Amino acid sequence: MIANQIAGLMGVSALAVGDYHSIATANGTGSSGTITFSSIPATYKHLQIRGIGRSSQSANYSFTYLRLNTDSGSNYSAHELVGNGTSPSSAGAATQVWGWAGYSGAQTNANNFGAFVIDILDYADTNKYKTVRSLTGYDANGVGAVAMESTGWRNTVAVTSVSLILDTFNFSTGTTFALYGIK
Amino acid sequence: MATTYEPIATYTSAGTTGITFTSFSGYTDLILIANGFESAGAYAVCRVNSDTGSNYSRLALRGNSSGATSAKVANETSWFPDLAMNPAGTILQFMNYSNATTYKTMLARFNDNAGTTAVQINMWRNTNAITTISLASSGGGSTLSGTFTLYGIKAA
Repeated sequence: MIANQIAGLMGVSALAVGDYHSIATANGTGSSGTITFSSIPATYKHLQIRGIGRSSQSANYSFTYLRLNTDSGSNYSAHELVGNGTSPSSAGAATQVWGWAGYSGAQTNANNFGAFVIDILDYADTNKYKTVRSLTGYDANGVGAVAMESTGWRNTVAVTSVSLILDTFNFSTGTTFALYGIK
Repeated sequence: MATTYEPIATYTSAGTTGITFTSFSGYTDLILIANGFESAGAYAVCRVNSDTGSNYSRLALRGNSSGATSAKVANETSWFPDLAMNPAGTILQFMNYSNATTYKTMLARFNDNAGTTAVQINMWRNTNAITTISLASSGGGSTLSGTFTLYGIKAA
């Protein structure tokens, strides 16, 4: 009964035990700005990536991008709704070379990491373009951002790899992302 | 296959000044789902490790029929869900809660009966692992009622 109440709150069907599987974990090394989950099996319905990220950039935050199947072509579109603690804003872009994952913390604020919950819906369905959504943000005690990101990938092939990318910077040690499959 | 996403504990209350979750070791992330109301129609407060110092901060994005707003608060003595529980459904996600190297980050979503929806990023400025999570009423004799369930997610 509780599962159904919670499922109703979350807007999803109640999960049976064993429907949410851990696939892999990947960590920042300090020497790379790309974290990739590869060889993703097509045996799930959806994927979820959960994690915390920090960049080597000397800034409050670094925006983090994503690519599917290492596709660097102009096959992505993205939108976001963001709050910076002062005012809300929105943005969108078509024909992009990557999607939008969200906010990693960065070097200006000690010990500060951004958070991500990224959902890739119907990732193995070969009859539709792929949709990615992300709940993300960072808070550095008076400065920060919280956002809902959405990405469309104009390709019907199954997703077999997901890359999280910092543009010209490296993921710091302590960065960790975990990939889960949902049946 | 080992269970990856599992319930840890559930509290169902018809009126309490507070609840505390403990004994949740061995997971990667925690998810607290709170579906209830605060008797004064005010905010519930959330603390970790019983810390009452000014070590919490938050930043919210909210929307209702009047439009969207964003607000932030620094150096607080607790997390507030930034939304009156009148009643409300809230999902609090404690990310990588057990590491001993990062400040702790919590992502939250809220929806209340008055027609407001919100997302919020929260930070606890302490690198210690989180070992307890408490929800409390706003005080002044008010109480929390509803169902509060903690789940653990375990990464490979």
